[in-house]
Formats: sequence, structure tokens, C-alpha cells
Amino acid sequence: MKTFQYIITDEVGIHARPAGVLAKKVKEYASKVTITKGEKSAEAQKLMAVMSLGVKKDDTITVTVEGEDEEVAAQEVEAFFKENL
Amino acid sequence: MIQYQGKGVYGAIAIGKVSVFTKEDMTVKRTRIEDVEAEKARVCKAKEESIEQLGGIYEKALKEVGEDNAQIFEVHMMLLDDEDYNESVNTIIETQEVNAEYAVAVTSDNFSSMFAAMDDAYMQARAADIKDISNRLIANLQGRKNGGEGVSGKAVICAYDLAPSETVSLDKEKVLAFATAHGSSNSHTAILARNMNIPAIIGLGDEFLAAMENGREVVVDGYNGIVIADPDEETIAKYEKKIAEDEEKKHLLQELKGKENKTIDGKEISLYANISSVDNIVNALLNDAGGVGLFRSEFLYLEQDDYPTEEQQFLAYKKAVETMAGKKVIIRTLDIGADKKVDYFGLKPEDNPALGYRAIRICLTRPEIFKTQLRALFRASAFGNLGIMFPMIASEKELRQALAMCDEVKEELTQQGISYSDKVEIGIMIETPAAALISDRLAPLVDFFSVGTNDLTQYTLACDRQNSDIEPFVDTHHEAILRLIEMSAKNAHEHGAWIGICGELAADTELTETFLRMGIDELSVSASFVLKVRERIRSIDLSK
Repeated sequence: MKTFQYIITDEVGIHARPAGVLAKKVKEYASKVTITKGEKSAEAQKLMAVMSLGVKKDDTITVTVEGEDEEVAAQEVEAFFKENL
Repeated sequence: MIQYQGKGVYGAIAIGKVSVFTKEDMTVKRTRIEDVEAEKARVCKAKEESIEQLGGIYEKALKEVGEDNAQIFEVHMMLLDDEDYNESVNTIIETQEVNAEYAVAVTSDNFSSMFAAMDDAYMQARAADIKDISNRLIANLQGRKNGGEGVSGKAVICAYDLAPSETVSLDKEKVLAFATAHGSSNSHTAILARNMNIPAIIGLGDEFLAAMENGREVVVDGYNGIVIADPDEETIAKYEKKIAEDEEKKHLLQELKGKENKTIDGKEISLYANISSVDNIVNALLNDAGGVGLFRSEFLYLEQDDYPTEEQQFLAYKKAVETMAGKKVIIRTLDIGADKKVDYFGLKPEDNPALGYRAIRICLTRPEIFKTQLRALFRASAFGNLGIMFPMIASEKELRQALAMCDEVKEELTQQGISYSDKVEIGIMIETPAAALISDRLAPLVDFFSVGTNDLTQYTLACDRQNSDIEPFVDTHHEAILRLIEMSAKNAHEHGAWIGICGELAADTELTETFLRMGIDELSVSASFVLKVRERIRSIDLSK
């Protein structure tokens, strides 16, 4: 299992567009990708669930990646966050 | 041949086929079903159809509005594929043994109210996306086409009523005419139709809409406010002749191009155009307007599903002033609220929206929105002849606050080494009776006034411009309104400011002489009226 934390820098937080692109992206991996904010978490491929976390700018989220390709998946998902959010 | 009577809002004629614009709100009945699996299969099929349609819209948007704006349709496709959403629909079908339409409607309500309840304005606005995809799904389940799509070639758009944002989203190339069951002639949809030189009739009644179906042939007579369904050959011939006459008249008016806006006795006046988007600024030039007297900046906000950034606004304003090449472009700051609603602003429903939280009131209480716009405006001022005006001013205090924010923005830009023009004229709309009554106090603070006659009429006569039932009471030539305009003109001139009129009344040629006698310096009208008003000005002799 791989875990990393990330602080959102995007002005509107995790909004629909990047969440949608992320949902599509994580479907490419065999691993399960989970986003946790406080006590709530959501699978990254479930767009509405991710949006309903209500992640805002400066929020810290924890991303958990678990599965056979977790190394690559964690690296690429982290890169995605840095670039888009 | 059946005739329907409404009220024409733009005098022109069109002959063509009907395209019914379906409202997104649709009623769904709850029915018990026997075959759960078959019902689930229907959802699956409707979902595939919906995704395919959205794919088409995405492709079209990609070409017309670019990738950034098109992405929302990609998101819609993903939302339709969302596991939780689909699971909810299927569970409702299974456990309650109900029809798919009902299951989708309930799921839509649940998910959209979840977003609506979030404490973030952006997420609240996403409730509209959920409703949008759900309505498409339901439309496909019911085997109906979603508004306007699937019509090839130009069509007469028939609707219950059209919201400004719906009008904006229609493909203008495909609109022959507008015909609505409801609406009022001062609504922004009517104004848009005039801007687009498109025949438009409102208030045709529910009976009319019920009778309309896609492909039915109609004549739209915007002069007399009538729609004739299934016209016979004689009728068509009569109207084709009228269209030809209109063309000739237009041609005659073209001859007035390049002529001065001067009365017989030599009094000259500026004649500018009202513009609703950067795209139709070219109409101002085609119709020989001397400048843009009203650029409605809210269209930048209505066309988007999130706040336009400083950069987006800057590019739009820059393009506007550059297109007009040195001619004046007066940009009105954000005038959202009342009948112009934008989801992402998260504005609360109001009992009296026209008297509510709108225009400058939003700007002064949400300075981050206002300052973004002001920064974009001042930056664009370096590229041409730009003026700024504030809507809905009712007190000296509001004006002073707005001016202070302009100073703040200019100071910031100076510190950041960003250039702007020091010749930006700043003015206000005179559209509240209060502003007209204290125009002697406001005039020393500004370079100009611009009278917004539509709102001034609404507020002076206490007549809601959205309510078609009270149209008989709306006397736009009412002495009270003319006195307020005259008073404002006198006060403007006493304090070295100029005064224009940019409301619908500016194009009313019955009043052109009255305005000239009041000393009005500028009239700003829909681009298509510029030459008509010029023709009128040139026929007036003030010495008589």
C-alpha cells in the first residue's frame, strides 16, 4: 500500500473537471485509489463521491493506493495532483 | 391555416419550420413495473444514447468554444457513468419495482440536493449539472429530443419562455425566429432577439405551444405579433413580398452609412451601438455606429459555468476596444441579478429580485468579483478608447465606494508596473429614480451619465418588466420618465458631464426630437437601429 499527502492549491479545490479527469485516469490502474479528507473518504474513480468530499483550497488530503501496480499508480496520481490541483 | 396572436418584439418576418425548445423541467409519473431487468436495460440504453449525444455536443463545443469550455460535457459524460449514481437508479427500480424515469428523477433529486446542501458555492452549483444529465437521461427514456437538437437547417424556435442563458446557448446560425408562449417585451431574451436582428414574438399563449411540433411550417410576423401555422400559398406569397420589401428598405438605410448624425439646423449627436458580446461587436461597425455606448459585460458571466478569470475578461475587453479601433467602447460592469441568474453565483431566491441583490450591490459586497473585473478593464484600457460605467447606482455613497475601488485597482496596477490608460472615462447608469433625483450630486463625480430607460421605467412606474400582464400599464413615454431624463441632462451639463441614453427608448424615433431638445449628447441603440435613428435625426429641424 502506498500513501501520500497533498495540500490543494487550486482556488476552487477539487472541482468537476479535474475530478472527472482523475476518475478516468485511475480506471487505467489495477490498484484501488482512495482519497481521504478528515473522516470522509471516496474512491477516486467515483466522480460524485469525490466531489461530495468538498475538498477546498489549502485542505490536506490523504491518497491511498493499493494493488499490484501501486508503485506506478501512486507516482502518476501524485504527479497529477501537483500539476492540476 | 391557424393564426396565433402574441406581441411582436422585433419587427421582421420569417418563414420556416418549427423547432420546439423543450424546457428541461419535465414531469415524471411513478408507475409499477413487472420486469425489473427490462427496466434496467432501458436505463442502460438511454445512458448510452445520452453519452453519445454529449459526445456530439462536446465535439461541437470543442470547435466553437475551445477545449476549456468543452470539458464540462466530458464531465457530464463521466457523471452519467458514475457508479453510485447508476447503483442508486438500479436499486430504486429493484426495491420499489418502479419505472426507470421515476428512479432517475428520484436519484437526480437526491444527488443534486446533496450538492446543493454543501457549504461551497461552486459545489452547490454542480446540482445543476446533475439535473442536466438526469433530464437528458429521462428525455431519452421517454424517447423525446432534448431542446433544439436534431433540427437540421434554420428553424423557428418555439418555447414556453426562454431564459437569457438559454438564448445565449442557442446556435444563432440556426435561429430564424423566436416564438414563445410567455415572456415580456422588456425581457433580456427580447433584447437579444433585437440585437440579433431576428423576428421575435412573445406571449402567444399555452395553446400555441401545445400545437407546435418539430417540422411544422409557420410564418412569423414580428410586425403584427402573429404566427400563422400551415400557411397557404397565397399567404406565403404575401409574406415573401414583404420580406423583399424589408430587404429593399434595409438597402436604402445602407445608403445612410457614412452620413453625419446631424439635424437640418446643424445639431450633431453621437450615435452608438449596444453590444451583448464580443462576437456581435462587428454589427456595430457594419451598421456604422460611432462607438459602443453599452457593452453588457454580464454576458461573459452568463456564457460560463464558473467565474470568468481576469485574463479571460481582459482578452474580451481588449478585443472589443481593438475591434472598434479608437472609437469609444463603454463597458458596463457586471449587472447580474434580477432576471439574469447565474448558478455559480449562488444567489438566494428573492421575493422581489428587481429590487434585490443585483448589479453594483453584488459588486460592492463581493469586492473580489468586482476588482477582478476592474483590473481586466483598466488593463484593456491601454489598447483603445475604453469607458467604464456602473449599473444600478442609487446613492452618492455607492458611487464613491465604486470609485474608491477603481483607485485601489489603478494603484495596484501601477505598483505592479502594468500599464493602463489615464483617459478612461467613468460614468454611471441613471436607471433608478433616486439617481436621477440626485443627479446634481452625482454629476461632479463622473465624466458621463447613461440613462437605462428600461429599468428607469420599471422603477418609476412600479411596473415589473418581467410581468407581461401589466404591459398595458407600461407607458414608456410617461411624463415622469421624461422629466427624470431632462433633470439628469440639465444636471450633467451644469457639472461638465455628458449624457447619453442606452435603454430601449433611445431607439424610439417618436422621441428622438424630444431627446435632442433636452440636449442629450449621445444615443446608444441596438446595432440594427443605428441607421434608422440616423435617418430620423437628419429629418429633424430644431429651429422650427
